[in-house]
Formats: sequence, structure tokens, C-alpha cells
Amino acid sequence: MSKRKVKEAHLPIGECISEVQRVLRERFCHQQLPERLEGVDSQYKHLLELLRRTAVHGESNSVLIVGPRGAGKTTLLNCALRELLEEKEVKRNLLQVYLNGLLQTDDKIALKEITRQLSLENVVGDKVFGSFAENLAFLLEALKKGDRSSSRPVLFVLDEFDLFAHHRNQTLLYNLLDVSQSAQTPVAVVGLTCRLDVLELLEKRVKSRFSHRQIHLLSGMTFPQYLQRVQTQLRLPDGFPDARFSHEWNGSVQTLCEDKSVEEVLQRHFNSSKDFRSLHMLLMLSVSRVSTANPAIRPADLLEASRMCSADPKANILHGLSILELCLIIAMKHLNDIYDGEPFNLQMVHNEFKKFLQRKSHSIYNFEQPVIMKAFEHLQQLELIRPVDASAAKTQREYQLMRLMLDQSQIMEALQKYPQCPTDVKQWAMSAFG
Amino acid sequence: MAALLQHPCYEEERLRRVADKLPCREVQAGTLLSVMGGPEQHSFPSIFIYGHRASGKSHVIHMLLRELELPHATVSCVECVSVALLFEQVLLSLFGCDAASLLPRSPSLSDFVRIYRQQCSHSPAVQTRYIVMEKAELLRDMDANLLPALLRLQELVQDNVTVILLSEIVWDKFRPNTGCFEPLQLHFPDYSKGELQQILAQDSHPSYSAELYSSYINILLGVFYSVCRDLRELRHLAALNFSKFCEPLEEGKVKESDTHKLWRNIEPHLKKAMQTVYLREVSSVQWEQLQQMEEKDTGAVRGLSAHAHVELPYYSKFLLIAAYLASYNPARTDKRFFVKHHGKVRKTNFLKKHEKTSNHLLGPKPFPLDRLLAIFYSVVDSRVAPTASIFSQISSLVTLQLLAQVGHDDQIDAPKYKCAVSLDFIRAISRTVNFDIVKYLYDFL
Ligand SMILES: Nc1ncnc2c1ncn2[C@@H]1O[C@H](COP(=O)(O)OP(=O)(O)OP(=O)(O)O)[C@@H](O)[C@H]1O
Ligand SMILES: Nc1ncnc2c1ncn2[C@@H]1O[C@H](COP(=O)(O)OP(=O)(O)OP(=O)(O)O)[C@@H](O)[C@H]1O
Ligand SMILES: [Mg+2]
Ligand SMILES: [Mg+2]
Repeated sequence: MSKRKVKEAHLPIGECISEVQRVLRERFCHQQLPERLEGVDSQYKHLLELLRRTAVHGESNSVLIVGPRGAGKTTLLNCALRELLEEKEVKRNLLQVYLNGLLQTDDKIALKEITRQLSLENVVGDKVFGSFAENLAFLLEALKKGDRSSSRPVLFVLDEFDLFAHHRNQTLLYNLLDVSQSAQTPVAVVGLTCRLDVLELLEKRVKSRFSHRQIHLLSGMTFPQYLQRVQTQLRLPDGFPDARFSHEWNGSVQTLCEDKSVEEVLQRHFNSSKDFRSLHMLLMLSVSRVSTANPAIRPADLLEASRMCSADPKANILHGLSILELCLIIAMKHLNDIYDGEPFNLQMVHNEFKKFLQRKSHSIYNFEQPVIMKAFEHLQQLELIRPVDASAAKTQREYQLMRLMLDQSQIMEALQKYPQCPTDVKQWAMSAFG
Repeated sequence: MAALLQHPCYEEERLRRVADKLPCREVQAGTLLSVMGGPEQHSFPSIFIYGHRASGKSHVIHMLLRELELPHATVSCVECVSVALLFEQVLLSLFGCDAASLLPRSPSLSDFVRIYRQQCSHSPAVQTRYIVMEKAELLRDMDANLLPALLRLQELVQDNVTVILLSEIVWDKFRPNTGCFEPLQLHFPDYSKGELQQILAQDSHPSYSAELYSSYINILLGVFYSVCRDLRELRHLAALNFSKFCEPLEEGKVKESDTHKLWRNIEPHLKKAMQTVYLREVSSVQWEQLQQMEEKDTGAVRGLSAHAHVELPYYSKFLLIAAYLASYNPARTDKRFFVKHHGKVRKTNFLKKHEKTSNHLLGPKPFPLDRLLAIFYSVVDSRVAPTASIFSQISSLVTLQLLAQVGHDDQIDAPKYKCAVSLDFIRAISRTVNFDIVKYLYDFL
């Protein structure tokens, strides 16, 4: 360690670690807005400009932000708003309404929420409106009243935009987009969605009122850029209380990313997904392993985190089946081979199992039919097998047709990992036909 | 091992206490604790914990939340028949009953989130709040938006809250079509045989040595492990049969050290328990009564099956037999079985070789009423007039669900039926009327 004199405060290692945890967890788990957006400069400028035109110049507008889950749609919007609201005039003037397709599941609920967010509950009172349009017009009109004569701009954010297309007659969308085209009140409608085909969901009259402005967040990132992103995501901010620790940490992050095994793991993740959120999960798991005894992320931590992220859940569940249940699965696999994936029933599975038992002199697996039935039902409960026709309640349980929800390779892999799997069972599974 | 459960934000002593209560789950508890972080630090918005039944998911979570005194709400999705109950329970546990009473009648998700935000702006989270959902697979059957909303509840309510979902079903079966916020997945592996032994052996009986109890558990696992690995179920079976195990000791016939004799005494008994207690054919109380009764009747070990106890009228039994034959024999073979002088039908002709798959694999086929009656009259020896009572007996067999009526309701004039009982059942019925059914079944020719 350098003997250079450092003026800044030194924190005990324990406090540094807990500060690291706090800072990085906020970044990875709490949608904290990043200080700088990465890789979306043009989209950011575009959106900011659109919003400014409504907020400052009083023009109406509509725009869709489209991108995969976790790609940063919400973040992009919030960052643009953060910058916009730095202007005092905008901050005082701009009204914001946030709707989410998950929450406002029909237009009545949505309207109530709009009223509430515009603080117009008292103005509306017990008034009854003939139509949605009338109600919305009343709300926008009410905004004009009061001390100012000019209208205040309103920003409507519709998160999970595609879900609003399922509302009856798309009334809300129709009216909002209509207002964004015609009314005197400056209105910006911003929709966020992960569906690329979202426009196809819109009725013609709705679609024709939309500006057709779309901002896409599709990432054409390269692997070196991805590596760079990993580093920036893990880097401690400049304001970190202990500068020396921060310096060491950032250095260690760089060394980490140069490690060969780490690079391999990251390449795998890069190939499967490029969005921020899945990266955050990986990094979060790595960071959670950091402690006083282990004050930096080691390659082993990242490897372990990656192992957790990419574990095969079905294999995990197969591992815990009883030997009887496993045998039934093998019997089903054989039935699938023989009958080309046609559905089967318990009776056929049992029969297949019996054929296996008959070939053995001693039989340790001599189970009564009801015990087998219980095992079969457990497999169904785990959704490893599924009835072909869920409504066939009238058929006896042993004749209900089922399908196996596992493929050959999953079964064979599970068998390899199964603890103390008897060799005869293994051979039976391997044999070409039951 | 307790060293695995470590965190600078909690006292070591306390963590050791927790670890002691979580044998064989140290690794999982450790991972979970490190993901949760300190009480004030943010945790991942949603965590999905999966693993087989009784693999300790609820046990570990609750032990951690309770012993570390973290604010939390637990919701059992089995008990919440409506989302209203679910919302109420969450608000009640996190913010008290005043908050819960703000919910309107039949609240929407929007109401819930609004009230939650309102409450947490009054009392912002000092420590991470946890919402635990037991049997989370049932969330899929509720409001379609509920699951995706819970997964990103943290974003929706802007609070330091983490939703933990517990399920025995893998996450892939939860994911909606258009995707959602992906939770962090944690797996709780099944307990190995050794681990089950270790956990179960902790329950030892006060009046017997721990070694004895442990060897008892060993025997128990020997019988049940190939069928059942469910800790809860095994523990129940262990408690139920221990007194039987101790009987020879009580009577002074066998010494504790003579494990072989003890094993010989208990093994057949446990095998019988597999067919009755394990399958829930009798309740544990009935099982205990049975044990006592058996002691009086010189204890002939008899497995019993609840099905053997159905009492039917004489003709109903024949009707059921006829229905079974009609369901499992091809109609064209009726002549061969039931017409007394059917002339010479060559056997090779009769048994078409390509019909290899047995009807007992495919299940019962529907048959019309007249075929049933034809077979019925030929299997009942004495002459019976086709009276109304025959028809009412048929409908009561349908009510008892021994026969199933199939086809559409609009085909009233030509109802079809299927027999809905198993081979074992019909054999038992046939025996009571001295009818050898197997001789009449095409599959067993
Ligand atoms: N350009 C960016 N630079 C740095 N971090 C980002 C950027 N975009 C997004 N993030 C981070 O990625 C995470 C996910 O982003 P966000 O919630 O905006 O995704 P989303 O597209 O809205 O996802 P969803 O479709 O599920 O709503 C956030 O924690 C955010 O801080
Ligand atoms: N490691 C353990 N040590 C002691 N007791 C345990 C342990 N694991 C589980 N148990 C006990 O076994 C029973 C079942 O465990 P638990 O309820 O945690 O299972 P679960 O995984 O939540 O199952 P389910 O999927 O059915 O909810 C409980 O009574 C619990 O106390
Ligand atoms: Mg979003
Ligand atoms: Mg549970």
C-alpha cells in the first residue's frame, strides 16, 4: 500500500463495506435513476425535445417508447423528466398523470385515478357524466380555471401501454389520443411497452389519432461494450465517503473484468440477454457475497452468482422426486418413444412400469396401485405432467389422458444427477424400448 | 456449520440461535440472508423460492423474519379466496388495522397500491418490509395482473419492500406471455436420506434413548423413502407408529439393543401403514383405533381398503358387472361371451392379432343402454322382468359415481354410459355374487 498521505476521512473497513452494499443495492434493486444514462443518447435527446415542446411551448404530442423488459424504458422517461423539471417554470406548470396497465384495469378505474392525480376530486364531486369523453373534457377544462387563464400542460404516462388496448372499445386511448390532437390544452401522451407489435393492437380510429412517433430501445451492443457496462455498473460514485477504498474497489472491478473465467461467464450472459435488469440480478448476487473478510468481488463470487442465475429449475425439481416417481417418469418417456408423443394415461404408465419389474427377479418396488396413483398425482401437482383436457372431470383418474412436460434430454440429465440411482433403473431408462 | 449464517448487521449470538433451529438448511438460509442484506439495505424487489413440499421454505423464511425481528406480512394464497382478503392482510400486517379499513368493498389493485403509497408516505420504511406469499402458484388463478404487479410492487409503491414467493412449482410455469419483472430464483433442494434422518431424529421421545429413536427412524425411512420424501408426512408417520415400535420393549420381551427383533416386529406394520395412513384412507385416529382392535383379534395383519365397504343391492351388483363388461369388451365379442349357442366361431378369427393394446390400458368405452341390458340379462341367471326398478338402480349407480353418463344432454333418448370402477373393485363385487368376471373379459382371454 502506498504511504502517500491522504487527506480524506478513513472509514473502518466494516463501514466501507456496508456503504458499498447500500450504494450498489440502491442501484441494482431500487430503480435508482443513474447519474448518466448509458448508450441511449439519441433516444434521450429525442424524448427530451418532445416533452419540452409540450411543457414549454404548449404543443400536444404522443409518443411510444418500445423496448424489451428491463431495457430501460421507465428509466429513460424518468431521466428526461428529471432534466426537464430542473427548469423552474416547467416544475411549476407541468401536471403529471401516471397510469399503469397493470393497475388501472378498466377505464372507470383509470378515470378515477386521473381525477385523483389532478387533485380534482372536489371539483368533480358527485357529478354524473354521460360519456368518458365528456368526463375527460370536464377535467381538462377544470384545469384551466383558477388563477390563470392559460392552460397548464398535462403529461399522461401510460406504462404497460399494450394492456390499455384490451379495455372496452379502447375508450381511454381513443380519448387521450384525440385530445392530444385537437384540444386547446397541451397534452403529451407517453406510452411505454415491451410489445413491438403494439400498433397492431390499436383500433383504426385510435391508431389514426396517434402521432406514430416511436422511440426504440433495441440494443445493438457489442461484447466489449457490455464488459464496459459491467464495470460502470459496479463502479463506486465519486462522492463515496472513503476515497481510498473507492479507488481500490474500482481497481478491483477492473481486474475482475479482465479475468478469463469471468469473461467467459459474462459472454454467456451477454448471449442470452443484453438488458440492464438481468445484468443487475447477476451483479446483485455477486455483491451480496462481499463482506469484511472478502472486501472485493472475487471471480468465484461472480461464478457462483452466475450458477444461481442459470440453474435449470426443472432439473432441480426432478432431483427431489422419489424413486417411484422417477420410475413413472421413465415409463412415460418410453411411452412417448413408442407412441410418438401421443398422450397416455396412468394405466398405461403402470403397465409399462410392470413390464420393467417383471424382468427382474427380486422386486423391491412392489407397490399397490393406490400408492402409484398418489405418486402420479404428485407429478401432476408439480405440473411435470398435464392433462390433455382439463375439463375431463368425468373420466376416472387412471384413464385421464396426460402429456409429459419434460423432454428426453432433461430426463436423461436428471438421471445422471439423481442421488444413488439404482443401476437397473438407469439401464431401463437408457434402453431403446421399454 | 453455524458459521455460514453471518452478517455484520446482526449479532453473532442471535444468528447462531437461528442457525440452530435450521439444521440442514444452513446454506439456503445463508444465501437468503446475504441477498436480504442488512435490515435497512434494499433487497431485490421479488424473490422466488421453490423446492419440493416440506423442504423447509416456509420454515426458513419465517425463522429468519421472526428471529431477526424484520417487518413482514405473510399471506397464504390458499386462505385468500379473494384478492380483497389478500390486500387486507398485507395492509393489516404492515400498517395496522386503520390502513386495512381504508380499502373499499371489492378493491382493485389500483386501490391497494394507492392506499399502500399513502400509508408508506406517512411511515416510510426504516427497514425493508417483506411480504411472503405461501403457495404462490395459486396467484396465477387470481386476477391476471396480480402476479406481475406483486413482482414489481417495489417500483409501483416506491417503498423499500420485497415480495417473497414460495412454491413447489418451477418459475417457468408462472411467466406470463408478455413477460414480467423477473424475480430472483432460489432453490431449496430436497433433503437427502441422511438429512431426513438427522432432522427426524431430533424429535426423540423423552422416555427412550436418542439412539433407539434414531434407529427407529432408520427403519421408517427404509420402508417409506422410496415412495415418500416429504418431511411433514414422514414425521406424522413416525409419531403415529412409535408406540407400536416400543411395544415389545414395554412388555419386556426385547432389549433396546436388539434392533433386529424390533425391526421384525415393526416392518410389516409399517408396510400396512403405507396403504392406509399414507394414502389417507383412514385418519390417524381411526388408525390408532384399528391398532387397538387388532390387538384384541390376535392381530392378523390385514391391509384394508375403504372401497371394500360399499354395499349394493343384488341386482345392482350385476348391473355394475354388466356395465364393466360392456365398457371393456368390444361389442362384436358379445355374441361369443353371452349367446349360449353361438355356433362355431374359430378362435383365431375371433382374436384379431392387431388389437394388441388392451382395453384395460385405454380405459372404459361408452355403451348404450340396450347393450347393458342385454349383457345384464345374460349374466343374471334367474329371469328378471325389465321393471322400473332396474332403471332406478341404474340411475342410483350413476349417483354413486360407479357409472358415468356420457354424451350430451340433448341426446336424452339415447343415453350412453361408462363404467367408472377399477378391476380390483369389480372383482371384489363379483366374488360376492359368485361370478367369475375374468372369464368374461376379452383382455384376459
Ligand atoms: N441507460 C441506462 N443506463 C444505466 N442504467 C439503466 C439504463 N437504463 C436502465 N437502467 C437501469 O436498468 C434497470 C431497469 O430499467 P427500467 O426499469 O427502466 O426498465 P423497463 O424497460 O422500464 O422495464 P419494464 O419493461 O419491465 O418496465 C433500472 O434499475 C435502471 O436503473
Ligand atoms: N431443517 C428443518 N429442521 C426442522 N424442521 C424442519 C426443517 N425443515 C422443515 N421442517 C419442518 O417441516 C415442516 C414442513 O416445512 P415447511 O413448512 O417449511 O415446508 P415448505 O417447504 O414450506 O412446504 P410447502 O411447499 O408444503 O409449503 C414444518 O413443520 C417445519 O417445521
Ligand atoms: Mg418499466
Ligand atoms: Mg410452505
